[in-house]
Amino acid sequence: MIRAELRRAWALVWKDLLIERRAKAAFNAMAFFAGMVLLTFGFALGPDAPGFATGEGTLLQYLSPGLLWVAILFTGQLAADRSFQLELERGGLDALRVYPGDRKALYFGKLLANLAVLLLMEMLLLPFAAILYSLDLWGCLPALAGIAVLTTLALAATGTFYAALTANLRARQVLLPLLLFPVLIPVVLAAVKATALVLRGDPMNELASWVKLLASADVLFLAVSALTFEYVVEE
Amino acid sequence: MSTSGMSSVARLGRVAGLLALPIVAVGLYLGLVWAPPDAMMGQVQRIMYVHFPSWIATALAYIVGFVCSVLYLARRRPTLDYMAQAGVEVGVLFNTTGLITGSIWGRPTWGVWWTWDPRLTTTAIMLVIFVGYLLVRAFLDDPEARGRVGALVAIMGFLTVPIVYFSVRWWRTLHQVQSSPNTVDHSMVIALRVMMVAFALGACYLMSRRYEVARLEAAVELLDFDPETEGRRG
Amino acid sequence: MTNVAHAVIEARGVRKRFGRAWGLRGIDLTVESGEIVGLLGPNGSGKSTLLRLLSTAARPSAGELRLFGRAPEREAAVIRQRIGVLAHASGLYGELTARENLRFAAMMYGLPPAQPALDVRLAEAGLAHAADARVRTYSQGMLQRLALIRATLHDPDLVLLDEPYTALDASGLTLVDRALADLRSAGKTAVVATHLVERSLRHCDRALVLSAGRVVYDGPAAAVPASVFPSAMEGVA
Repeated sequence: MIRAELRRAWALVWKDLLIERRAKAAFNAMAFFAGMVLLTFGFALGPDAPGFATGEGTLLQYLSPGLLWVAILFTGQLAADRSFQLELERGGLDALRVYPGDRKALYFGKLLANLAVLLLMEMLLLPFAAILYSLDLWGCLPALAGIAVLTTLALAATGTFYAALTANLRARQVLLPLLLFPVLIPVVLAAVKATALVLRGDPMNELASWVKLLASADVLFLAVSALTFEYVVEE
Repeated sequence: MSTSGMSSVARLGRVAGLLALPIVAVGLYLGLVWAPPDAMMGQVQRIMYVHFPSWIATALAYIVGFVCSVLYLARRRPTLDYMAQAGVEVGVLFNTTGLITGSIWGRPTWGVWWTWDPRLTTTAIMLVIFVGYLLVRAFLDDPEARGRVGALVAIMGFLTVPIVYFSVRWWRTLHQVQSSPNTVDHSMVIALRVMMVAFALGACYLMSRRYEVARLEAAVELLDFDPETEGRRG
Repeated sequence: MTNVAHAVIEARGVRKRFGRAWGLRGIDLTVESGEIVGLLGPNGSGKSTLLRLLSTAARPSAGELRLFGRAPEREAAVIRQRIGVLAHASGLYGELTARENLRFAAMMYGLPPAQPALDVRLAEAGLAHAADARVRTYSQGMLQRLALIRATLHDPDLVLLDEPYTALDASGLTLVDRALADLRSAGKTAVVATHLVERSLRHCDRALVLSAGRVVYDGPAAAVPASVFPSAMEGVA
């Protein structure tokens, strides 16, 4: 039984990633958008403004954790929207509703595909941010990767949930961020704090609390979404 | 459940409303006249008698909204959706009241309208979450879809609130703001308690009215657009 | 599952509401195993809505629906294993090839993705030459053929077809005819919604005519009275 569900989830991951690979333009546009957001922050805040608090570096360097995660949040919303958009083109969502098996498999399949797409996008965005804001990320890469995985999981978990919920609605493009962003505020907060602690040192040992917060958000979002997904895709 | 006449919810709500009136009057007298002004903040602090009770009413209404949303998903009774909607709407009302009174209180106390105090910030995020619930519902014409999508938004939003609170609190640890009344005058506590009871009853009354409106709207919708159906369902 | 006492479809007072109107206003229907039912009626009469409810894609607003004796709201997973649906939209992915689409469907149905078997089905449907072309490049008729394979890949006991003859050329029409004949000889149950009355009724034992969300005729396919046919329907000579 569980094996069959895992196979279904895997089928969805395979299918979604294959489509993304074929329709490269969509992924490229998304990654480009994320880069544009970072670039726009550069113009808005100015490359030469001095950083505060630490008294060294530039304002962009000081704010980079926040800017980075805001750019990823915006892009994550686009990715979640797209992942259900491609189901609507030829009635794919209706077909998914009628396949046998537990709908948790649908959720985890779509979620993992979303997660993979977002992580790949982040792998491109991170070096771009490092160059653009002249950040030295090399030394703290493993810690950053850990934070990125936990944060992106929360992003993909809620993104998949709300995108499925709003897939059939008019005004879906307005409603999705409206529902998604408020519940992701704690996640963005934790990600920004954790990233800043990793980049600038953690004298008070605060990192663990933020990581725990991210992990509990992941657990909550995954549990609620998986348990209710049957009703989410209902029509 | 018939579409005409008063439902049991409406009757209970009326009782709560009638009880709330004298209690509000007593509470206001106790808070505004009987209790002494605050030693530090003076008369301004009396806004507390509206501010704190607002949060009691907010919490009560959101809990009703959450519980009815869970029950609606399980049982699909339209009445449960009316109650969930009533809970969230009344919650949004008192949530807004709490934020406005908090802001008014904050201006003379801290010198700014908005302080990013953990509690205020959490409740502001809570407001945005539940306003999202109302907005989504506005885009859905079908009552069943409205109830289902609304319930899911309410459930996810409600369960996220504790995480929001912890994140904001840790984020603002440097700004320790004490607002729990530990060393306040005994009369203040009594006045506050009375007002809290009054607000809770008031919230119950408003929820029952909102429930009635939703129930009648649904009945009218059916009669108006589809005379063939007998107008009773579920 | 040896108890065969249950009818394949049992509907009692089934209604479906869409916002301020009823899509279905009380359908009572029993379909026994092995019946091929033609579902007729003008646009907006509720044919597609009824098929959506029968396919478990949507749930009734009121009334009771049993498929294979089971309640869709509780045992959907088991029911879905035995249902094949050809909906209005094909449910295929434009960026995938026909082979990949079928492989995905097979995995979702819980079948082993045995490529040779899938290739046989493609060849039968006259799509062998385009098996590795992206479905995006397919004509409407080719899409419909592929969608029909997808719908019946898992050998379902109940097949629901919504306008299966849409956009097909002569050989495509024959293909659907053959599929219906195969279902009949295999003792499967099917509900076919269509505008092409004459063509489809040849394959049906029974006709069900809907109008404004109600059943206005339910009886032998051969004896559908002309009075229940709305003039909008084509193929009524």
